[in-house]
Amino acid sequence: MIYEGKKKIWSDYQKDIPDDHYFYVRSCIRQTFFPASEAAFLEITRNRLGKDVFETEHHTTCGGIAYHCDTIPQETSMTIIARQFALMHKYGYENFVCSCVTSFGLYCETLEAWREFPELKEKIAENLLKSCGLEFAVPKVLIHSSDLIYKYRNPIAALAKFKLVNKKTGKPLRVVEHIGCHYSKMFPSKGVGGAEYPYVLIGMIEAWGGEIIDYPERRHCCGFGFRQYFVQANRGYSLANTNKKFESMEPYNPDMIITNCPGCSYFMDKWQYVIAEMNHKTYGEDGHGIPVFTYEEVAGLVMGYDPWDLGLQTHLVGPEPVLDKIGIPYDSDAKYKGVNGKNIGKPEEVDCIK
Amino acid sequence: MNNNILIVGGGPAGMEAAGMLQRLGYNTMLVERSSKLGGHLAAWDRLFPKGLQAKETLDRLTAGINGVKYFLDTDINSINILDDSFNVILSNGITILAKAVLIATGFDLFKAEKKEEYGYGIYDRVITNADLEAYYKTGKSDTIQNPKSIGFVHCVGSRDEKVGNLSCSKVCCATAVKQACEIKQRFPEAQVYSFYMDLRMFGRYYEDLYLEAQKKYGIRFIRGRVSEVSEKEDKSLLVKAEDTLSSKPIKVSVDLLVLMAGIRPAEAGKRVGRMLHLSNEEDGFFSTKDTIRDLQMSKIPGLFFAGTCTGPKTIPETLNDAKSAAMEIDEYIKQNFPDRK
Repeated sequence: MIYEGKKKIWSDYQKDIPDDHYFYVRSCIRQTFFPASEAAFLEITRNRLGKDVFETEHHTTCGGIAYHCDTIPQETSMTIIARQFALMHKYGYENFVCSCVTSFGLYCETLEAWREFPELKEKIAENLLKSCGLEFAVPKVLIHSSDLIYKYRNPIAALAKFKLVNKKTGKPLRVVEHIGCHYSKMFPSKGVGGAEYPYVLIGMIEAWGGEIIDYPERRHCCGFGFRQYFVQANRGYSLANTNKKFESMEPYNPDMIITNCPGCSYFMDKWQYVIAEMNHKTYGEDGHGIPVFTYEEVAGLVMGYDPWDLGLQTHLVGPEPVLDKIGIPYDSDAKYKGVNGKNIGKPEEVDCIK
Repeated sequence: MNNNILIVGGGPAGMEAAGMLQRLGYNTMLVERSSKLGGHLAAWDRLFPKGLQAKETLDRLTAGINGVKYFLDTDINSINILDDSFNVILSNGITILAKAVLIATGFDLFKAEKKEEYGYGIYDRVITNADLEAYYKTGKSDTIQNPKSIGFVHCVGSRDEKVGNLSCSKVCCATAVKQACEIKQRFPEAQVYSFYMDLRMFGRYYEDLYLEAQKKYGIRFIRGRVSEVSEKEDKSLLVKAEDTLSSKPIKVSVDLLVLMAGIRPAEAGKRVGRMLHLSNEEDGFFSTKDTIRDLQMSKIPGLFFAGTCTGPKTIPETLNDAKSAAMEIDEYIKQNFPDRK
């Protein structure tokens, strides 16, 4: 591997990420999959870094899942998106940051379609006015929330209490990074580092002390893929994809996985259980799986947040091996206690994976 | 009255035309921006279809320009079109008044790193056709260490809308087959794969070369484009492709991958073209006066083309094109300057 060659490509794919003043829209599925990630994003950007990141309760889903499943017309999807942008404009913002990679891809695709077909843009503006009474606007800058954490990776490192380093050996943790397809595979120039050797997550890991693993199936789909999973008959294909990735990364002994996509985080975490049940195989150490984290969770961990406040108890593969390696303290008894000590319920014990 | 002809570019086309024009009695001057003559030919080891040493051809071309005044490491600073001639200022400070100018600026190899998914410049064992030729020529390489399996990828940067080049580079198919046979000669135990879209073996003896590659050397030709390449733990490469004849995706592990980088218009040629406001076709190469008969003529009187600056050509085609250009220039001078000596 020629690191300088990668650096050259990374320098070719940099994008404008303003330092401050963002209108934030959430992901519909992340709030259920990894409920604390978005809260961590807002906590870190607003309260720790002092940035202006605004959100309104009036924003909605982007409609991406329905769009990619072919259940709503493109015009409807575009009008939903136009409404999101119009809300941004209404509240006086020009920079739009979204939490979901699929949303990001769809926003990019929509802006590109409007640029290519101005008559379509006019029609959507008319739809928006008639249906919502809102003024049409497009963002000056559109980014994904992982872009912003990438932008702030060094300030976060400066505030960090922990590094992604094995405290016993002193060696960097070995990290697999995985970006969502919709982050840059449709529009390589829209992603930090492009599509083939994306840098957005690598930049964070390098800044926070970890070591990146490049493995043969790095580019391969996580196993989500809308038509693979939402079409029930194709779910075996979804699982086979994930299995292929884990088989490929196994020889490199990764300590953890970081992703920037809700689907990738979810499927790479949950399918490890199914693989363990079906194949009696786990990919971590001593019967553990390989913990999968969102980038906000990793940022929160290095900054010293309580792992359970970051929602890591909602992961199927327990994060404890990584916490132990880094030396992050945690209270095992508090794992399934929510706000004010309320019991949030403990999952049924499984014996195929720790 | 002066008898000057200026040739821009010291590759095979420029050298061949220079030699002919000199023999026709013109005061021929040749400008080459690099430090030696020969262009890409000087960096090549053997030529398809018969495996002739590139050096033999280059030596003959060099012998042919005896008497031609040439300037190495020299750029064109400016060209002004006068009433019946061209005023050319060179980067070495020399000014030339020429009756005719021949553009023979050649081509650049496609920058294979632009096909990011193939990993040139990222993975240690991904090389280009030019790198392999350099190995054949010198016998030295840090990358090529007794490979057990080798892959060739055709059409890298050619017929590829994604990189903005829809045209065929014409010479890569035959080059790939030639290079595949040569690597098999050096490493007889190696398994050699050739990933192609379709093989354009159009020239005389080319089909024989292709059959020999299959029958004598056992090269495995796989019809399908490579989608991506990744590096394995042991530095070998995992190549993903589609075998379109069996309609199946395939994965092949190789120790060495050779990318057949295609032919693109030379950047240096484009610069000269801008000075003269020359038009280009969609493929980026210079437009000729027409597309059937006047292939060596531009739309500017006294300005001519030779070689690959007007599109991909084999070496024999390039040399023929250069000879034609020389004849066209001779015709032009005779018609427009009948009193010349």
